[in-house]
Amino acid sequence: MAAREMTYAEALREALREEMARDERVIIMGEDVKINVWTVTRDLHKEFGDRVINCPLSESGFSGAGVGAALTGMRPVVEIMYHDFTLYAADSIANQAAKYRYMCGGGDFKVPIVFRVAGGGSSGGSGCHHGQSLEATFIHFPGLKVIFPSNPYDAKGLLKTAIRDNNPVVFFEHKLCYPIKGAVPAGDYTVPIGKAEVKREGKDVTIVSYAYILHKALKAADQLAEEGIEAEVIDLRTLRPVDTECILKSVQKTSKLVTAEEGTKMGGVGAEIAAIVAEEGLQYLDAPIKRVAAAEWIIASSAYADQMGIPQVEDIARAVKELF
Amino acid sequence: MPAIEKDTLLKIYSNMVRLRVFDDKVNLLVESGIRITQHSTRGQEATQIAATAALEPNDYVMPYHRGWGWAIGKGMDPKILLSELMGKGTGCCAGKGGVHIADWKLRIMGRPGVQAAHVPIAAGVGLSIKMRKAKDVVLCFFGDGASNEGNIHEGMNLAAVWKAPVVFICENNLYALFTPNIETTSVQDIADRAQGYGIPGAIIDGNDAIAGYEAAKEAINRARSGQGPTLIEAKTYRIHGHTAMDRFHLGGYRPKEEVDEWEKKDPVKKLRERLMEIRMATAQELDEIDQKTKEEIEEAEKFAKESPYPTREDILRDVYCEA
Ligand SMILES: Cc1ncc(C[n+]2csc(CCOP(=O)(O)OP(=O)(O)O)c2C)c(N)n1
Ligand SMILES: [Mg+2]
Repeated sequence: MAAREMTYAEALREALREEMARDERVIIMGEDVKINVWTVTRDLHKEFGDRVINCPLSESGFSGAGVGAALTGMRPVVEIMYHDFTLYAADSIANQAAKYRYMCGGGDFKVPIVFRVAGGGSSGGSGCHHGQSLEATFIHFPGLKVIFPSNPYDAKGLLKTAIRDNNPVVFFEHKLCYPIKGAVPAGDYTVPIGKAEVKREGKDVTIVSYAYILHKALKAADQLAEEGIEAEVIDLRTLRPVDTECILKSVQKTSKLVTAEEGTKMGGVGAEIAAIVAEEGLQYLDAPIKRVAAAEWIIASSAYADQMGIPQVEDIARAVKELF
Repeated sequence: MPAIEKDTLLKIYSNMVRLRVFDDKVNLLVESGIRITQHSTRGQEATQIAATAALEPNDYVMPYHRGWGWAIGKGMDPKILLSELMGKGTGCCAGKGGVHIADWKLRIMGRPGVQAAHVPIAAGVGLSIKMRKAKDVVLCFFGDGASNEGNIHEGMNLAAVWKAPVVFICENNLYALFTPNIETTSVQDIADRAQGYGIPGAIIDGNDAIAGYEAAKEAINRARSGQGPTLIEAKTYRIHGHTAMDRFHLGGYRPKEEVDEWEKKDPVKKLRERLMEIRMATAQELDEIDQKTKEEIEEAEKFAKESPYPTREDILRDVYCEA
């Protein structure tokens, strides 16, 4: 089918629109989802009426209500406005949605829900209550699937897959990705959960990244190429389950691993990737693993300073060069 | 003379006895060294059993940790219930839920271990019922302690604003763990909080099964006819305290006289006397129920004890839905 250029936000909206048209059990819940600051759910109520539900400010409450609706025949897509506010909803996501099926003994109990965690990613001084990247917090929980796309094509295809999945999915989005444009096919297609993608091939070092900072990793790879280092860049796309095979295959080829994320280092996504490679592919490595992550800081609420602790292109390039 | 049919009253009575005998059995099992977290229902049989008796089979229950009345009232076989409590593969959650009882067919939607987590979930079940244009109702239980959780506020507001078919029953037994609610709760009557959500709040004698049935029926009818939630507060008492460790008044936090006073209001005895007084049943009929129930619970014990534990493979299954 013909592909058009559209933004990440538009691609997400198209996925929602198509899935709502395809399956009347799909509903949207969240704060201000009719006008919607992110534009992702904007005006869908004009087409789908009561299936787009403006919820009160109660992240724990409407996330829990989504679980109840999912248990009994609906397929809610719940928007949590910023990564930061998932901590209000954490019980509903990690204690309830993730564990419901198991605790009830499986069978007919299932929780087909998507938590779209919008926002994220520091920018413009929004600071530590509107700018954290909290995806690593949720990779810890069996029962959940965790996705974080970097581009419009994956955003649409993965959101569709997430909506069709019979398990709770935490679908992270990045506010700096919303305006990014890319080719998106019209009509139906899906991207599988649990499959990473090699975005750039290279033989000298593997950079594992995802979401917005992936674009910085690709820029770093371009710079490194000018200096004669060919980096292979992997977009994880799904953080749980993680595509171990893709990472190990690349590291086997390059013998070097750098991870790049926007969240903090300790207990981060990079820590997990590093651990997987240490456990299953240490023999492939000829240098230490480098993790590029946020500084050990609180994101400053200052348009001037808020990038100071967030890894930039140069930080990734520098980390790579330290291995040679 | 209440307009409740004889069959219903006898069903309520026999389920209250079933619950009482079951509760005693769990205490004995705990004493014998079998590990079950027993939040005894003793003294609170009336509301849980009577309210669930007012439901239709397709209605949902969102239970909480206090006892087993909502399970027995919804029709769970004590064999299956006890097997689950003992972690056996024949239990309703295949030995993986334990005290977190759920049953898809009985529409027992899962008992949380996190206080009040289920209240927004109940609101969501109510939303789903409305969106599917079904006619079912959700009965959601919680305690006086849990009533102070933020999730109660969020869940009741959601249910109210959606006019969802949810009936909230708060069993106020005066304590949460070993803390009297006078130290923790801003109102004496939790039902007063209903006002804040624009829904009716009702107070009932939680030890009176007939009052419990009537209040629940009214609220259930109201919910079913699209008028939204009700909050019922049942004033009652945990005779055996918080858990098995508290049966004999751990730490002396509640005076023996208080327990003795509440013993006099025993809901099972109260209903039994009432049934005889209004000539709905004879002592002999009721004795027969008592006797049959004892045998049934003995059989349940035998069944649960003889049931196999799940295999490790079974225990590790169902983290994800593979379909
Ligand atoms: C969120 C949460 N906090 C604390 C607990 C521990 N806890 C279990 S039961 C209980 C007391 C509940 O009191 P109440 O709601 O009055 O019910 P009751 O036990 O009196 O029937 C507490 C604090 C818990 N399970 N969940
Ligand atoms: Mg209490």
